Amino acid sequence: MGSQGGFYQSKEFLDLVKSIGEARSKAEEDRIVLSEIETLKRRISEPDIPKRKMKEYIIRLVYVEMLGHDASFGYIHAVKMTHDDSLLVKRTGYLAVTLFLNEDHDLIILIVNTIQKDLKSDNYLVVCAALNVVCKLINEETIPAMLPQVVELLVHPKEAVRKKAIMALHRFYHKSPSSVSHLVSNFRKVHIMWLHLFQRLCDNDPGVMGATLCPLFDLITKDVNSYKDLVISFVSILKQVAERRLPKAYDYHQMPAPFIQIKLLKILALLGSGDKQASEDMYTVVGDIFRKCDSSSNIGNAVLYECICCVSSIYPNPKLLESAADVISRFLKSDSHNLKYMGIDALSRLIKISPEIAEQHQLAVIDCLEDPDDTLKRKTFELLYKMTKSTNVEVIVDRMIDYMIRINDNHYKTEIASRCVELAEQFAPSNQWFIQTMNKVFEHAGDLVNIKVAHNLMRLIAEGFGEDDDTADSQLRSSAVESYLRILGEPKLPSVFLRVICWVLGEYGTADGKFSASYITGKLCDVAEAYSNDETVKCQTLMEELLASHSTDLQQRAYELQVVIGLDAHAVDCIMPSDASCEDIEVDKGLSFLDGYIQESIEKGAQPYIPESERSGILNISNFRNQDHNEASSHSLRFEAYELPKPTMQSRIPPASLASTELVPVPEPMYPRESYQTPVPSVSLDAGSSELKLRLDGVQKKWGRPTYSPATSTSNSTLQKTVNGITQVDGASTSNSRTRETYDSRKPQIEISPEKQKLAASLFGGSSKTEKRPAAVHKISKASSHVMEKSHVPKYSMEVASEKTASVQQPPDLLDLGEPTVTSTSPLVDPFKQLEGLLDTTQVASAVNHGSIAAIESPDMMTLYADTPAAIRNSDLLSGLSNPSIINMPGDTTTTQPMQSSKGPNLKDSLERDALVRQMGVTPSSQNPNLFKDLLG
Amino acid sequence: MIHFVLLISRQGKVRLIKWYSPYSQKERTKVIRELSGVILTRGPKLCNFVEWRGFKVVYKRYASLYFCMCIDQDDNELEILEIIHHYVEILDRYFGSVCELDLIFNFHKAYYILDEILIAGELQESSKKTVALLIAAQDSLVETAKEQAGSISNIIAQATK
Repeated sequence: MGSQGGFYQSKEFLDLVKSIGEARSKAEEDRIVLSEIETLKRRISEPDIPKRKMKEYIIRLVYVEMLGHDASFGYIHAVKMTHDDSLLVKRTGYLAVTLFLNEDHDLIILIVNTIQKDLKSDNYLVVCAALNVVCKLINEETIPAMLPQVVELLVHPKEAVRKKAIMALHRFYHKSPSSVSHLVSNFRKVHIMWLHLFQRLCDNDPGVMGATLCPLFDLITKDVNSYKDLVISFVSILKQVAERRLPKAYDYHQMPAPFIQIKLLKILALLGSGDKQASEDMYTVVGDIFRKCDSSSNIGNAVLYECICCVSSIYPNPKLLESAADVISRFLKSDSHNLKYMGIDALSRLIKISPEIAEQHQLAVIDCLEDPDDTLKRKTFELLYKMTKSTNVEVIVDRMIDYMIRINDNHYKTEIASRCVELAEQFAPSNQWFIQTMNKVFEHAGDLVNIKVAHNLMRLIAEGFGEDDDTADSQLRSSAVESYLRILGEPKLPSVFLRVICWVLGEYGTADGKFSASYITGKLCDVAEAYSNDETVKCQTLMEELLASHSTDLQQRAYELQVVIGLDAHAVDCIMPSDASCEDIEVDKGLSFLDGYIQESIEKGAQPYIPESERSGILNISNFRNQDHNEASSHSLRFEAYELPKPTMQSRIPPASLASTELVPVPEPMYPRESYQTPVPSVSLDAGSSELKLRLDGVQKKWGRPTYSPATSTSNSTLQKTVNGITQVDGASTSNSRTRETYDSRKPQIEISPEKQKLAASLFGGSSKTEKRPAAVHKISKASSHVMEKSHVPKYSMEVASEKTASVQQPPDLLDLGEPTVTSTSPLVDPFKQLEGLLDTTQVASAVNHGSIAAIESPDMMTLYADTPAAIRNSDLLSGLSNPSIINMPGDTTTTQPMQSSKGPNLKDSLERDALVRQMGVTPSSQNPNLFKDLLG
Repeated sequence: MIHFVLLISRQGKVRLIKWYSPYSQKERTKVIRELSGVILTRGPKLCNFVEWRGFKVVYKRYASLYFCMCIDQDDNELEILEIIHHYVEILDRYFGSVCELDLIFNFHKAYYILDEILIAGELQESSKKTVALLIAAQDSLVETAKEQAGSISNIIAQATK
């Protein structure tokens, strides 16, 4: 027990603590505490208690409250204690008050006067105690009473007081920035005062300087631009701190004032964000810290982490990014879970600036994803969420859903569900996948999903693409209907989801003729019975029966029906039997069967039925909607603009669609979407996709940019075309095995399970745009090298290939980067058009490939990693030869260059060179610093 | 910023709690119950951070005591871990190899020390020496007061005899 300094508690208190410690059950403890409360209640209100005794009571009260019992009866006594003259008693009172009360408590008004008095005290300890309370208890109403005095204290001779006054000001600013700036007529003046303080105190007392950084951080967060002039001084302070200019007392585990360093780095990150000039001032000092930090201690790593945050926030500098990447890889490789966690977090910060660094750590990331530690797992999901692209969305969302199913934490479940929905809406590769994903999310997250999501889903199903492509829409609907019918068999469904299901079944259940209306309505009746306790669902179901027979939007009537149902139990009973006679409903287009009920209801005082004319009006609307598709062409304004490209595309289509059927070596992945693509004239799909691009402002956003996916699949098609027939399969397999080798050789020490590799490939495969484009290049080079190896392939085919690839690679340039310069350099308009013809098939291919044949796809993706650097290097070489000017294009990514180069005049030549370089067996280096300098410098 | 500091024993008993953000009495009990459920059940080799209700809780175990701090999403966890350690080192220096019993019986001392390290949810002083000096100044005050009180009570005692 506390032996030092005679902390002078009475025996009673010691006994209390002891008996609580010895209590064998919670109930026993509660009994002891309750009797203690009784004692205190009695004693504390006795008259003339000696101060010492009172102080002890208050401390006992604090203890009781800490154990979770109510001690509010004693609050007033604690407040009274603060009025005491003796600091000793006062201090206890203040402590109790800060622990007991919140800033909005009624008793605070009783303390304000005392605090004001104490702030003027000669004894700095009294002032300190008062400032402690100010920081905790002062609210917006009482700030005006305190502010002038606190500002005065900023120049108090005692540094402890200055420090606390600064923190109090910081607190005031937090609570109500407006009142602070309002009261001090010129807030900048206050700030300058702080600045004076902090410049003056830079040498004097580092503690005060450190404290000053807190409010400054807030001020800068609010308004970065007015503090840009401080960058230099912050940098110089940080430099001094890092050079150990501060007193030894501020060292922590051999690090010079690390907490101050961290604060300064945070401020610099704010100031340098998006400001090249300010950032340049920081590069040296941040680089120094990177070098000086001791990475073996925890605090050193804390500073390093803050450096990474700073680097990722300021204007990028290749050197710093490199050191940041080094630190991250050290974090990720560490055995400590803490460091892994920080590494993942740092990675997700840095990935915005340099997406390629994720590749190096793919396996570490996957390890973290499979780690038993939930915290680490969630952090990794956050990282994945940030790096989701249209190419890896399926894997990521599947993983998220898997995890979502397993957890119980509702807060996090809601979050991850909304993230799944968001990703699915943004990047969904196909309708089916989207519907399935939404089904899963609804099924498992159930009522945690925002109701808006359900509405969106319904609207999507109703409107489909929103284009004139009704075949695809009806496909979408019928697949939704099928899946919902299957899901209905599940024992318990969340109400939101059930409503969606009912609505969709009612609306489109019979649309494609596969299921009879009676079957659908029968199902819905089952639902109505199974969920009879769920009123909303029941109503919905009944509504759906009406809807099922007419496929029109009869919501208004359905609402009236709801009103009818709500009338009384008898009415409900009357309606329920109608479930049995659903066939009647189906036949009776005029809804006359309802008249009986309506009449009945009217007799009971319900609202009158809608007159015949109005009803037919509604039907007309529905008719109009049906005709809508047929009359699509009559919407002249909307469609004329897109009509133009049709003829050109049409001419291209036959080869394109031909290729699409041939191109994927494995037949099964094609089929799910294939079946629904073939009946559609591909023209309309094209038109659809181009329109999609232009009308992004709505549901269409869900499907992402159609321009994203082509790269991989175009390369597929070129491969296909290059190497005719049989040889092509060989080529693929050889390249696969080769890449495995290179990959393995890069990381020989770790044994990696194939599943992990697969996962890595699917996650990181399309993680970045930059990566995807080399894919095309790589494939060509593969093909060409393949040609070199197998000389029996006729040479002209390669020529064709190179020309094709040149044309084919263009769209990523145009569409992804949108750089006008690039377009102007390319005179090959024709192949580009041709490519547009390819677009849809490629989309299909890539979409399908991903989900179902990860096994086949992933080795391919592997090749991307292994060879990307090689491709980049090659391109560097080549561009040097053929098109040197392009390298210097600012803001361009590395991978545009290969395309540029292959576009150059002597394509065949360059390809041969490429192959030659490969044959010479230069090992791929991971990065090309020069390139980086050009790109980022 | 730090929203609260919580010290709980392995049995889930609260040894010290300080709130820097407003929580109602009901929320306080709920927070403590929820967090002790989460933290006390975590395995030894996992990381010292828990994501909780959109905040992060950084905890570290010293013998039978868990020191926890709840922070914002964008705070530096490793730094907080070191702030905890900083606090523990100061406690250790003050009590002379601190143990749980010291904190049970002298929890108000632990509060005073905490008040010199953290204020308004931020680290105010990172020098152990400065903190020690301030605490010593306050304690000397206590000592003198005690002597006075002792002498007065002696006088009274003698007078009443």
